Amino acid sequence: MQAMPVTLQDQPRVVLSARGLGKDFSGFTAVNSVDLDVEHARIHALIGPNGAGKTTVFNLLTKFLPPTRGKIMLLDQDITNVKADKIARMGLVRSFQISAVFPHLTVLENVRVALQRPSGLATQFWLPLSSLDRLNGRAEELIADLGLTQYRDTRATDLSYGRKRVLEIATTLALDPKVLLLDEPMAGMGGEDVAVVAGIISEVAKTRAVLMVEHNLSVVADICHHVTVLQRGEILATGDYATVSQNPAVRTAYMGTED
Amino acid sequence: MSGATHTPAAAQTTTFGNAGALRIVMMVVILGLLLAAPFFLYPIFVMKLLCFALFAAAFNLLLGYTGFLSFGHATFFGGASYFTAYTVKEWGVSPEIGILIGVVGAAALGLVMGLIAIRRQGIYFAMITLALSQMFFFYCVQSGWTKGEDGIQSVPRGHLFGLIDLSNTTNMYYFVLAVFLIGVAIIYRFVNSPFGMILKSIRENEQRTVSLGYAVDRYKLGAFVMSAALAGLAGGLKSLVFGFATLTDVTWQMSGEVILMTLLGGIGTMIGPVVGAGIIVTLQNELATSDFPVTIITGLVFMACVLLFRRGLVGEFYASRLGRKLGFRPEQ
Repeated sequence: MQAMPVTLQDQPRVVLSARGLGKDFSGFTAVNSVDLDVEHARIHALIGPNGAGKTTVFNLLTKFLPPTRGKIMLLDQDITNVKADKIARMGLVRSFQISAVFPHLTVLENVRVALQRPSGLATQFWLPLSSLDRLNGRAEELIADLGLTQYRDTRATDLSYGRKRVLEIATTLALDPKVLLLDEPMAGMGGEDVAVVAGIISEVAKTRAVLMVEHNLSVVADICHHVTVLQRGEILATGDYATVSQNPAVRTAYMGTED
Repeated sequence: MSGATHTPAAAQTTTFGNAGALRIVMMVVILGLLLAAPFFLYPIFVMKLLCFALFAAAFNLLLGYTGFLSFGHATFFGGASYFTAYTVKEWGVSPEIGILIGVVGAAALGLVMGLIAIRRQGIYFAMITLALSQMFFFYCVQSGWTKGEDGIQSVPRGHLFGLIDLSNTTNMYYFVLAVFLIGVAIIYRFVNSPFGMILKSIRENEQRTVSLGYAVDRYKLGAFVMSAALAGLAGGLKSLVFGFATLTDVTWQMSGEVILMTLLGGIGTMIGPVVGAGIIVTLQNELATSDFPVTIITGLVFMACVLLFRRGLVGEFYASRLGRKLGFRPEQ
């Protein structure tokens, strides 16, 4: 882990950027010439109709898919050809559209798995499981921050859908990422849960960059500083929500209104 | 956050202690039986059983805890039995050194096979490991030092640490038992360790584990090499028990047999493979003298296992009403 600079400036500055990003799947162009700048201490939304290539962009940025074209920079380092696990270690951590918890591990264990590697407790095959107990304090803090304390020893599979997503965020935050990529963090959630998760995301974005794919436009309007609209793999519009939502092309493509 | 509070944890802790106590009682009983076994049973038979039980447990370390179905584990078992037999007989090393060489050799073979195979999954992984183990089989047929069809014969058991005469069957039995227990203890620790936790999370959700910054292929390779090394421990031990190393132990049938033992006993349980190995070895022993072909019986056993109790004997017991009542939880 690299030490954080002592003078942590929580002012917006570009930490993740993509230039001319493109991906072809055997002839089909899923993503084409996407330019993206994600800033520290800002929430950036990526929206667009189904099949617009939002998740593909996520996969490209986190190297779960190799890009066909383009360049990706993370904190002034070219990460275009870096592997997915290395990127996570560099501070760019993602979540998944389908809830990504470890179902048969408890809430505490879920968070602890994320803490194991940065703490250097991942490769010891000769130590007992109890050696992981010294990570419990930090894990419990994270669980408490996100209001999951009473579920500490519940297996993740037994949690409600909304809480699974919250657990996922807790696990992601355990890595203290510099850039957080959230793929539809509120998909399938009830209204109350949406408000809670939106609050959590706003809170964590104070000290890091967040890029999120989201369909819930009222959430986007509420908490996102910057919106990029994708359509058929290309950027249709970009700017703050007020500007983007007034763009006629966006209204036609995304909102479905043609007046 | 809305929704009903659902905390089965409190209910589990009481029953869990029950299962924990039962496990300890079971372990003590099994240990007692193993210590007393040579006075009731033919010691060579029990030693053979222990070797195969360790082999199956090592195999289960891979299949049960990482989900990789290797069809080439005979390479490590048989390879190590050649290494141990050769070094003990030709170089005159002591038995513990011979077994250690077998383990290191099997681990090296595991590293090579793992590096090639680990990137693939499911049937592709099984086929690559099968192909590589067939290559090793033909190497063993052709190369001079393995003595081809004859195998390495009349390997002396030697003196353990230069002191204890292992040609004495009782001494040998307790040596085998000790190695078996050490092997099982290593497996238990490996599975229940920080490393084992990462293996578990890879099995639960590999993509998520990658996104948390883990180079998952390295962890899988680590598990593969450990499984190979422990299979080698079983193989090296077996060559000393019987005093020979032959082609039988590197054939694909041997790879198949260990899969059968593990499935029959129960994948992903500590004791399942041991039970499975016990049943198969006993069947083979009992039927060896009869006219009825053993392969038909093992085939029938395999079919019954797949059709009737997919979790294996121990797995089904854990999942049964009685098992649940006693506080066991079936492996998912």
